[in-house]
Amino acid sequence: MTITEAPIHKKKDFVSDQEVRWCPGCGDYAILNAVQQAFASFNVPKEKFAVISGIGCSSRFPYYMDTFGFHTIHGRAPAIASGVKIANPDLDVWVITGDGDALSIGGNHLIHAMRRNLNLKVLLFNNRIYGLTKGQYSPTTVPGKSTPSSPYGSLDAPFNPIALALGAGASFVARTVDTQINHLKEILLAAHEHKGFAFVEILQNCVIFNDGAFEHITEKSVRDNRQVDLRPGQPLLFGRDLEQGLRITPDTIEVCTPQEASIWKTDGPTGANAFRICQAAENAEIPVPIGLFRQEQRPVLDEQIQQQVTQITEMLGVGSLASLLNSGETWDVS
Amino acid sequence: MVPPQQEIPLQQVEEVVIRFAGDSGDGMQLTGSQFTDTSAHLGNDLATFPDYPAEIRAPVGTLFGVSGYQVRFSSKDIHTPGDQPDVLVAMNPAAFKVNILDLKEGGLLIVNTGNFGARDLAKAHYATNPLDDPQLAVDYQLLAIDLNVATLKAVESTGLSNKDALRCKNLLALGMLYYAYSRPLDHTEAWLTKKFAKKPQILEANLLALRAGANIAANSELFKVVYQVDAAPLPRGTYRNMGGNQALALGLVAGCQLAELPLFYGSYPITPASDVLHALARYKNYNVTTFQAEDEIAAVCSAIGASYAGSLGMTGTSGPGLALKSEALGLAVMVELPLVVVNVQRAGPSTGLPTKTEQADLLQSLFGRSGECPLPVLAAASPADCFATALEAVRIATTYMTPVILLSDGYIGNGSEPFLVPSVDSLKPFPVQFHSDATNFQPYARNSETLARPWAIPGTPGLEHRLGGLEKADITGAVSYDPENHERMIQLREEKVQRVAASYAPLQVYGPQQADLLVLGWGSTFGAIRGAVNRCQAEGLSVAQLHLRYVWPLPKDLGAVLKRYKKVLIPELNRGQLSRLIRAEYLIDAISLPKVQGKPFMAAELARHIESQLDGAGEA
Repeated sequence: MTITEAPIHKKKDFVSDQEVRWCPGCGDYAILNAVQQAFASFNVPKEKFAVISGIGCSSRFPYYMDTFGFHTIHGRAPAIASGVKIANPDLDVWVITGDGDALSIGGNHLIHAMRRNLNLKVLLFNNRIYGLTKGQYSPTTVPGKSTPSSPYGSLDAPFNPIALALGAGASFVARTVDTQINHLKEILLAAHEHKGFAFVEILQNCVIFNDGAFEHITEKSVRDNRQVDLRPGQPLLFGRDLEQGLRITPDTIEVCTPQEASIWKTDGPTGANAFRICQAAENAEIPVPIGLFRQEQRPVLDEQIQQQVTQITEMLGVGSLASLLNSGETWDVS
Repeated sequence: MVPPQQEIPLQQVEEVVIRFAGDSGDGMQLTGSQFTDTSAHLGNDLATFPDYPAEIRAPVGTLFGVSGYQVRFSSKDIHTPGDQPDVLVAMNPAAFKVNILDLKEGGLLIVNTGNFGARDLAKAHYATNPLDDPQLAVDYQLLAIDLNVATLKAVESTGLSNKDALRCKNLLALGMLYYAYSRPLDHTEAWLTKKFAKKPQILEANLLALRAGANIAANSELFKVVYQVDAAPLPRGTYRNMGGNQALALGLVAGCQLAELPLFYGSYPITPASDVLHALARYKNYNVTTFQAEDEIAAVCSAIGASYAGSLGMTGTSGPGLALKSEALGLAVMVELPLVVVNVQRAGPSTGLPTKTEQADLLQSLFGRSGECPLPVLAAASPADCFATALEAVRIATTYMTPVILLSDGYIGNGSEPFLVPSVDSLKPFPVQFHSDATNFQPYARNSETLARPWAIPGTPGLEHRLGGLEKADITGAVSYDPENHERMIQLREEKVQRVAASYAPLQVYGPQQADLLVLGWGSTFGAIRGAVNRCQAEGLSVAQLHLRYVWPLPKDLGAVLKRYKKVLIPELNRGQLSRLIRAEYLIDAISLPKVQGKPFMAAELARHIESQLDGAGEA
């Protein structure tokens, strides 16, 4: 995007007067900062933003944004946001949710919003734990983890949020990391510019109940070698000096030289590669993918609804109270 | 119309009740609704009661697959589809078995002997053919005809297969009844011509069957008497025959036109409320958006989102769906956004009897949410009344910034009656003004009269604010854990709902202002109560009727009215829910008359109870 005029907003315009109440050191602070910066960069008048959340630590987010905000009920933010967007497609509607909110109690709403391709942006803060209810295992918790509700280790198989989003048909699927602010902002911008449903998983650290859940991926000393950034049209490279590559063959995904690296595509017939790469084990030889898994254009529901209303109204004429009351088969009694 | 033969006498009658009964695939609903529409055009007052199974196409000939449609047409003002039919059309043994005991003694019984073979009888669990019982022709005027043979013969020239040809037998039966009750064929002919415009062979067959029915009746002197039911002295005006769900949809659209708001209806299919969604989905050119959500919760949540964004959000469901919506209704009460929730009640609990009627969601509607969570509850009294009640729901939701529950039920939702189309001028607009002034904007400042908070929609510069389910500080709407504030906010929300009662018209009692007995009702029992009260008043009993549209908050003058009567009888299709409420609110010894059979009250049944309350004039 080329910004030709002076930005209409600065980051501070998006900072609300509410005192932020997350635990010191929570990954949510970094995300809040990045989102405020990103919103300022979009050049959208701030009254056009509606930030809608469910329940959980992450869902306190709207209180800290000086935009229209709606802290709703557990798991239902995508359903409420769907109504907001359909009623007023002119709004820039963002959903803030967590792994329990989006993938457990609200799973149904999330997958259907993805299927419908409403123009909503969903940021899922994944810390692999229930924070606000004090540390129970969540639908993304690694099996074996000891928590208050799984004192002998959790037995549940977790969801892979990226695989779920790809499977449910989200037209934009990305992953980023709370502390990697530039990457995070880049992904937020791409999500904003995408026409249709955007799903962004943000790996987020909970210092109290699941500290270090992602440090094997995100810790500064390892991240160059343990992350590969999926960039459309670019080769799959990683390492401190991008000295290693990944090659996707029909049977394997393997480490190779940069020259041998596959070019990443986020749409079209190679889309199946997104499924394959997102499901590689985190301790496998290949690094964990972040960045853009899928970005493709398909019809956007809120636009289609508007088009249908326009089309039917042109066909039948604008209805009035008089035409409404006098429609149908009538007879007179005199 | 086929002119009646000279020798067959024409008899004037005040009213007739006909029940068409057959397999759920036999077209009984269509037959009944055609008879109804034709009678409407003749100016009769009428009321209908479609009664169909939950199974769409139950196995042919089975007892649980019987579908019925009762229509009462009259030259007088009527309020119910009638207690006992004067005429029963039974298309097979199952329909015969399920309905015969309802038929009036001496009533006309038309049976299709073509479907009374050994297999048909077995499916209805008959060891012997009930038509062979000589008593049948003593108890009823029996007309046993092979409608199958008659239909095949009538449509022979069209070359249709036997299977397709037999589909027309309902029209043959309809033609016979049109003759017997002096109804013209032209309305149904025109309807068929439109419906089968692209299927000329089917059209031809249906028209032939319809006319054959009338001709057979005329030529073979099936009927000893031909009846005439004159037009009813309905108030002047333009009428439409309206089903309750249809009238409800129309009222919601009209309400949004008066409020000058776009309508958003988020809903999940559920019997018997889906027809409201179907009807609204056709009104797109009236600024109506319908959204078929993934579940009941998403349906109400999408509607809350739409209201937040400046449409009037609405959702519709039946009892089990309302249970699923209750958490979201709590949110709507907390954030004080307008919302209309339609509950077309059905017999519960759980899946219950999905196609049968009941009024057992009253207390769920009033109290079925977490916390102290009051909201206004309205109930429609008849199919046509669904329109006016829907208008009221929209007015209250937008005036008071509150969710409103509108109760209907399967009986009035599926039933129909003539609807006097109101003139545009008679409907008073109540245009909504969104808040726009950013100076000193406070999301929870209140209108001093209604206590409504401002409706400040996203997209309005300077009004950025946060809403949510956490308790609000008075005026500012900031999150507050302050104990006194919590109590104040609970009282404010309660007081706001109570103030809705200030906008009601004074109660109108039907009958004496003081009497021995007041029959108090709400919702779909209106017609049966009116019929019973009319009957008892004619007998000289001291009885009056009061019917509540506003079940919460209760009208302010209700307590004083109740005190003017020695006894208060409350008939309800539940185990006494309004009666508990009335006893609790007014400390009066209200007498509950509960019924939970999935069926409406009959006027005669209520009249007997009234009589027994007034010194045992009738049986208990």
